[in-house]
This record gives sequence, C-alpha cells and structure tokens, in this order.
Amino acid sequence: MQQETIAAIATPPGEGGIAIIRVSGSEAIAKVGAIFKPRIKDRALNQLHGYQMILGWIVDDQGQPIDECLLAVMRKPHSYTAEDTVEIHCHGGVLAARQCLEQVLGQGIREAYPGEFTQQAYLNGRLDASQAEAVIEIIRARSKKALNLAVKQLSGYNSRYIHRLEDRLIQAAALIEASIDFPEEVGEPDYEEIARLLAEVQHHLGQLLAAGKRAEIYRSGVKVVICGKPNVGKSSLLNWLSGRDRAIVTEIPGTTRDIIEEYVNIKGIPVRLIDTAGIRKTEDRVEAIGVQMAQQAISEAALAIFLLDITSGITLEDEEVFHSLNPDRTIILINKDDLVEKQIDHERIQACFPGIPVIFGSVREEQGLNELQNRVEAMILSGLGREGEVEMLLSARQQQILQDCQEHIESVSEILGQVSLDCLAVEISELLEDMSELTGKSLKADAIERIFRDFCIGK
Amino acid sequence: MVYDAGSYDVVVIGAGHAGCEAALAAARMGCRTLLSTLSIEHIALMPCNPSVGGPAKAQVVREIDALGGEMAINTDKACIQMRMINTGKGPAVQALRAQADKHQYHWAMVDTLLQQPGLDLLMAEVEKIEADQSGVAAVVTRTGARYLCKAVVVTSGTYLKGRIIIGDVIYDGGPNNQVPAMKLSQSLMELGLTLGRFKTGTPPRINRRSVDFSKMIEQPGDERPLRFSYLSPLEPRQQISCWLTHSTPLTHQIVMDNIHRAPMFTGVIKGRGPRYCPSFEDKVVRFSHKSSHQLFIEPEGRNTDEMYVQGLNTSLPEDVQLQVLRSIPGLENVHMMRTGYAIEYDYVIPSQLKLSLETRVIPGLFTAGQVNGTSGYEEAAGQGLIAGINAALKVQDREVLILKRSEAYLGVLIDDLVNKENDEPYRLLTSRAEYRLLLRQDNADLRLTAKGREIGLVDDVRWEAFSLKLDRLEAAKKQMVETTFTPGDAKMTSFLAAQNSAPLKDRISLWELLRRPEIEIGQLVEQGWLEEAPPDILEQLEIQSKYEGYINKQREQVKKFEKLEERRIPEDIDYGEVYGLSNEALQKLQAIRPRSIGQASRISGVNPADINVLLINLEKARRKS
Repeated sequence: MQQETIAAIATPPGEGGIAIIRVSGSEAIAKVGAIFKPRIKDRALNQLHGYQMILGWIVDDQGQPIDECLLAVMRKPHSYTAEDTVEIHCHGGVLAARQCLEQVLGQGIREAYPGEFTQQAYLNGRLDASQAEAVIEIIRARSKKALNLAVKQLSGYNSRYIHRLEDRLIQAAALIEASIDFPEEVGEPDYEEIARLLAEVQHHLGQLLAAGKRAEIYRSGVKVVICGKPNVGKSSLLNWLSGRDRAIVTEIPGTTRDIIEEYVNIKGIPVRLIDTAGIRKTEDRVEAIGVQMAQQAISEAALAIFLLDITSGITLEDEEVFHSLNPDRTIILINKDDLVEKQIDHERIQACFPGIPVIFGSVREEQGLNELQNRVEAMILSGLGREGEVEMLLSARQQQILQDCQEHIESVSEILGQVSLDCLAVEISELLEDMSELTGKSLKADAIERIFRDFCIGK
Repeated sequence: MVYDAGSYDVVVIGAGHAGCEAALAAARMGCRTLLSTLSIEHIALMPCNPSVGGPAKAQVVREIDALGGEMAINTDKACIQMRMINTGKGPAVQALRAQADKHQYHWAMVDTLLQQPGLDLLMAEVEKIEADQSGVAAVVTRTGARYLCKAVVVTSGTYLKGRIIIGDVIYDGGPNNQVPAMKLSQSLMELGLTLGRFKTGTPPRINRRSVDFSKMIEQPGDERPLRFSYLSPLEPRQQISCWLTHSTPLTHQIVMDNIHRAPMFTGVIKGRGPRYCPSFEDKVVRFSHKSSHQLFIEPEGRNTDEMYVQGLNTSLPEDVQLQVLRSIPGLENVHMMRTGYAIEYDYVIPSQLKLSLETRVIPGLFTAGQVNGTSGYEEAAGQGLIAGINAALKVQDREVLILKRSEAYLGVLIDDLVNKENDEPYRLLTSRAEYRLLLRQDNADLRLTAKGREIGLVDDVRWEAFSLKLDRLEAAKKQMVETTFTPGDAKMTSFLAAQNSAPLKDRISLWELLRRPEIEIGQLVEQGWLEEAPPDILEQLEIQSKYEGYINKQREQVKKFEKLEERRIPEDIDYGEVYGLSNEALQKLQAIRPRSIGQASRISGVNPADINVLLINLEKARRKS
C-alpha cells in the first residue's frame, strides 16, 4: 500500500541540544530536498545512500536559511517505518524545530498523528502482531484524547467562534444546494447573501488565526534582535533584560563579534534575544561572517530594537544599520539619555526615521526600560487581536487547516458570480471538508439538514 | 389448495416503476421471468405527480437509459411537456423534466412488457415467499398458485399493509384506492426481515373545466425539442402547459381553523413523512411567517380533464380540502375530482440489503423501490433495474453489478440506502452526490453504456449508436487539441476582437480557446475551424473543455476515494474477533457487513479510529494466511 508522507517532531517537547523532525513516506526525500540547501554545493539529498548524513540549511520559500541542520537519510525498507525516511536534526529549542517543521508541512506533507509512524511501520511489515495491538491502543487513546480535546475546545467560550464559522459556511452551502435541488421553490440563489456569509467566515478565520498565533507566541516565543552601531549599548541592554552578564561589555567597538543569544521573558512572552555584531563594512574576515549572520537574524526576527547613542548624534553608520531593518518591525531606543551631551532630539528623529516608535532612556540608569518592554509586547502582539477576545491554542496542523481555509475562501470570494453554481458548490464543499477536519464531523450532511429547516420546499 | 403453476428463473412481485424495470431487465438478460401484479390495469401507475425528472432524478433516468432500462424511452413516448430546468446553474445540475400523460405512460409500458420475449404477466396477489437460508424456492399466490423460482424481486411499493387516511376517515388501501397487499409483510418478517412504517401523501385532483386560468401564470414547455432517451427521435411535439397559482392568507386561515382535525396533529398518523414533500398543513404550521405558497396546476394527460395540484399534499378532511382549494386564485369554483390522502405502509429497512439489493438473510431475495423506503418514480425504477440485473446475474452465476458513488447517482442512492440511517422516505438530491460534476445527465451514456453492454442489456442498436457517438467525440476532441493558432493569425485576431475576447499571447489550441467563457462552440463551427456535428457532441465538447479544471479536480477526489473502495473486506470476516473496535462500530459492521473499507467508513456510527483498527486487523489476517 502506498503510504502518505507524514512528518512530526520526534523528540520530546522542550529545550534540548537538538530536536529531530522525522519525515516518512514515498515523497520524504524529494520534498525535504526541495527545502534543503547543502553546505557543500553539488551534493544533494537524493544522492545520498541509506544511513548517510549531510550538513546544510533548511531554507524558507525565499531560499533564506531557517536553521542549520544535519539530515540523515534512510532508504526503504531500512528505516523504522520501512518507508523512505529523512530525519532533520535541528537546533534544540521549540522555535527552530517548529519553524523547520512548518516549512516541511508547507511542502504538502501532512503532520503525523501520534502513533502514526508506528502504524506505518506495522503496515509495512516491520512490527509483529503484538506490537500492532499496542498501536491500536495508541489509536484508541488518541481518538479519546482527540475527542476530549474537541469537547474542551468546543465547550463554552471558544465554541462560539468555531460554531459561528461553521454555521455561516453551512448556511452558504444550503443557499446554493437549495437553489440547485429545489429550483422551483427556491429560485436563484442570493449571491449577495452568499458573499456576505463568506466575508464573515473570512473575518472569523482571521480572528482565530490571530488568536492561534498569539497563543503560539506565548507558547513558543519569538525572536527579537538588538542592533545598532558598535558601542551603542547593545550588550548592556541584553545583559539588563536577561539579568546577568553574558556579553562582554567594553568600550572598544566591535568586541561582540559573534551573535549572542539569550532567552529572556518580556511581559510573559518568551523571547529569544539576539545581540548582533555591529553591522558595518569591514575587512576583518571573522567580523564579516558576524555581519552576515546579523543580517540573517534581523530578517527572521519578529522585532528589532534599534539603539542610537544620544551623545554621538545620528551618523551615517546609524542610517546604514536602519536600512537593513524592516521599519514596521522596529523600535528605536535612544540610549544614554542620562548624559548631558545631547545630539538627538525628537525633531531630528522624526526627520530621519519617520513613524518609528521612539523611547528615550538609559540602560545604565535603567531609565525608559519599562516603557521599552511595554512597547515590545504591544508590537509583537499587534494585529493579533486583544487578549480575552478569542483564546485558542492551535496545533501546527489546526493552524495549517485554518490557513488553508483562509486562502481558499479568498479565492472563492474572487470567483463568486463568475463560475457556475455547480462549480461554486465544489469549492464550498471543499471548504466544508477542510473545516470538518477541525471539528471531526460531516458538515455536508448538516447542509442538507439546513435546507429542510430553512426553506419551505416540497411539491 | 396450493398447486404447481410453473417454474421461472426470476419472479418480480409488483409491476410499478421498479417492478417493470426489474422484470424487463431479467427477461432481456435471458431469464424466464414472471411479473406479478395486483392489477394489470394499473401497471406503471403514477399515483402521485404526473412528471418525471428534475434535479438528480433526470440524471437517474438517463442512467437507466444508458444501462438499457425502459423509463427514459417510456417517458419520451408519454411526454406532453418537457423543460430543461436549472439552466444557467452549470451543466452538472441542469436537469430535464417531463410532464407525462399518465394513461399513455401505463399503456406504453404494458405494450413493452407484452412484447418482451421470456416475460409473463400475471394478475395475482403473492402472499408468501418460500425460502430458507440456502435461497428462495417459490412464491405462492392468494389463489393457491405456486411458482418455483431461483430469485425473487419484491417491488411492492406502498402496497404493504397500506392504510389510507383522509381526516378521520381511515381504511386499508393501496395508492389510488387500489387493493393493498395485506399478507406479504408477514411472509417477509417470517423470512427474518425487519420492517418499518413510513407515510407519504398526495394532493387532490381537480377538473380542468372548472379552473379559471386567467388568474394564473402559464408555464409552457421549452420550444426546442428535448428527450430523455438517447434512442428517442429528437423532434418537436405538441405540448400542454402547466399553470402557476398560490395559496392566500385565507387558505392558511382555513387550515389553521381546522388544524385540530388534521391527522398529523391529532396523532392518527404515526409514520414519519418526508421533509422534502411536506403536507400543505405542515408547511402552513412550520412556515407560519409565509403568507403564500406556490402551487402548480399540472395536466394528468391529453385525454383527461383531471389536473394535479402540485404543492397541496394533504390528509385534511374532504370538506376542508374543498374549502382550501376554493380559496386559491383561479379555483374559486373548482370541482374536486379526487380527494387528497395520506398513506401509511410497511417498508423493508434497507440496511438489511447488500449493495446488489439482495437481502442478506435470504440469498436470491431482492427488494427494490418504495418498499426499500425511498420515494419517487425515478428512484424506484433505478433500484428495480439494478435489482433485476443482479437477480439475473445471480441466476446465471455471474459477478454482481455494483455502481460506485463516483460513477452514478444510482450508486449514491443504493450506497446511502444501505449505509445511512433514514427516518423518512429517501429522496435523491444532487447535493447527496460528492462527485456531482462527473455525474451529469449529459454524460450518463459515456459513464454507463459499456457496463450495460457487458451485462447484456444494451442491444446492438443502442451500442452502435453509442460507438458512433464515441468515435465522433474522440475525433473532434483530437482535432480541437491539434488545431492551434499563433498570435499572428489574422482570421483569429479579428474573430477574437469581434467576440470582445483578449488577443492571443501564445500559441493556443482550439480546445484551450473554448475554455474562454465568452467563446461558444457554435462560433468555432461557423468559422470553419471545427466540423459540423450533432448537438449532443458539440454540447459534450463544450462542457468537457470549459469545465476541464473542475472536472479534473473531482477526478482527483475520486482517485483518493477509490483507494478505500478498492480495499475489500473478506465476506467471512468475524467482527467479534477484530480487536479494538468500539461497541457501536462492532454492532453496525456486524449488521451491515460492508464490502469495502470505503463503505465501512460511510456507515453512521463507525468513526475513523475504527477504520484504522479495521485496516490493521485486515493486514494482520492477510499476513497470517
């Protein structure tokens, strides 16, 4: 039997030295290969024999590295599942592993259920009958757990949102189906109403996704980079936020050559704080690598804290650093505000960096740092709804389903009124099918029920 | 006294829409067949609406035709009006609907039955089926005739212990005041079948000469000639119009004033009625915010003044029915010719059937049509055809015919009947079909004619016509794919400009060009790029080209679906030995005994975890052997 390709993080959750993502199935090697950039050019994942390893990066859709990884290839039937298997050894830490996994799932690979690797192994003849019974226990336990989870998620506060979503979609389906199956009683479908319902679904999907992302931020954290020209106080800020001396703080510019990371907690959000080396043109080879890594860290970060030195004014170097940042995800901290010599004021800032939030403070005197933390929290959570609006913890899989629905519904809204009703119905029923993966029930049958409830039909 | 009256391969009990198809199919496949009916005068009776087709039903009629059944041909013969409905909603849901002359429909069918070699007609009441676990042996009539047989198809409609209800007037009776079959239920139960009880109803009939049509809207048929059967001539016919009127607030007041006399509300009727075909009193109560309901006045035939009031099913007392009718615009002075009634009847709970429509308890015993808890002439005829085919195949010791959900509405119908729990008479809806875009009325022949030929029901005439069509279609398609145009083509450029269609950017084939919504296939013929062809071929090319994207999408879905359909479950599986099934799934699987994992997954109460458990156990068993 041809097995579907599945993937999951195989190591236990939490911090560790490395995390392993297992990808198993006929398309494992090809699909992981598509998002893998080997360290040594001319080597490719699919050239590997079984039990060989290869170093490189898992890259995002733009080809930018997500994490440096070691990949192990096992060719069928010589793997745990007896399918082609790739194991991605990435850096420990929830964030890196999850980002890699999401990239893998983005290739159209499905997230595995608990016990599914073992199930594949059994179906491929790798396990004996008693082991198979153990798998059945896992499946049973899973369905119970899934049920509990579904019940929990669908009870009380959160259920309103999911139900509202389903309800609108079913209503749209019923409008279409009633018009098709009972043309004389119902007539033409109300396209405006269908468009309105779809827009509502889209809105609620957006809210759910935002809530899921917010929950995900609290669960897995985000990356924040600290940047600025050398000796502006980056390491001091990192040390203050982490509450310990880690980075070397000196008066000599360029002391911090490597990227320094620290896990800190800002307003309850786990933050992977990254102190970058000074970004500037340099002949020093070691420092050049540091600069490159800093650029990469910036592009991956949810937020950048951009430090300026009030005593030195805004220099060409500062502007160079700023150019490498995403202005929508930047906060400016004007450091050393405690010193007398002030070369920067509000007007100057507005002129150089219009629209960027600015805080005047001093790391050494611990001035303005509470305000900084409040700003960081607000910006990380911006656009993700207010706390208490929708609370929902979504698995990567659920997030994926909602994301798919969101994209699908956008394309449906675009073609509304242009495609014939029977094709529109295909789209809506696909949406219902996707949605039913969240709730586990057949929503199509509900649409038929709805026709009978809402429309007066019959000869 | 019981006497030996003869011997047949197949005996069909009941000569309604299901029975006629079953008997014709069995006889045409070479079985000696007996068709037994309570009344030869009422063969192929249409006791309710005088129409055939509509969404989902039209597709079924075409499927029956493609397989070599009779309903399409018979409807074309008896047709007094034909319309294409749902035009503009897409090819998948377009549906033909015919108004039929009820008497002509009956006569034409009787004529066909009488001319069929190998088929005997008998007027009798079958009271008993003799059978045991090894199979059926004989049927016995009320008058003592005993016919030996190898297979029996029960197509008894709503006649089993039929009970007519009109207000507080209640009596035993079949549809249209026919004699009911009072004994056969008992015999079926003795054979181990569980019966349920359903209810349905019909509206009153009125005299055309007492109707004021000036207060109604005329509903004529389509002007272009239409047909159900691929074999019927495509020529214009004399058509008769239907008429549209509506109920008034006064009508609803009359119903509410008399609601205490309605059997549905007094509790006299216990059987559950169909929601898609509610009684008028039910509509008034449930949709009280609506001040008016549509009513269609439909002719019952060419040679009668009787007309059918579509939308007015009722079991209200006769005097109330008359008041209701006379409150309707155009019916102020109406003469009621027949009273509307509700009918309750026994049906066989269809989860006891295999997908071949053979009962699981008695080999060789088949049931089909309304007795399986469905409604509609088309649903009945379709089941009758499948049951007749499978009865014949059984007698001939050949492989059964089971149509998949992905290849026919008939597949959807039977699969739903067997697997889903129904608490009302089942009606096909297009929304019940997952692969609606593939199951169109226009391609029923492409889907099923080859199957019909293989079974032996498609005769040479039909097969040659079909083969010719297929060849022409393929040739035209090939030509369209191979004929290409470059952006520099002057004739094409001016044609596109005239159609307000974007100029070409790259080389494009005629096939791709037709995908543009503004381009019609007729234009391509006019321009001389495509050879002239019969309208059904042009229609087919146009649909296949324009909807290719969506059609391929559904094909992909079908592929996924069929993976599970092809995982067969051994017939002798002991579900008690399957480790890890939930109790509910165990009971359902034991009762229904699905053929495949796919079928198992559609049974209400069997969840995905049970399917995984089943898959692993099957694999375990396979490896042991």
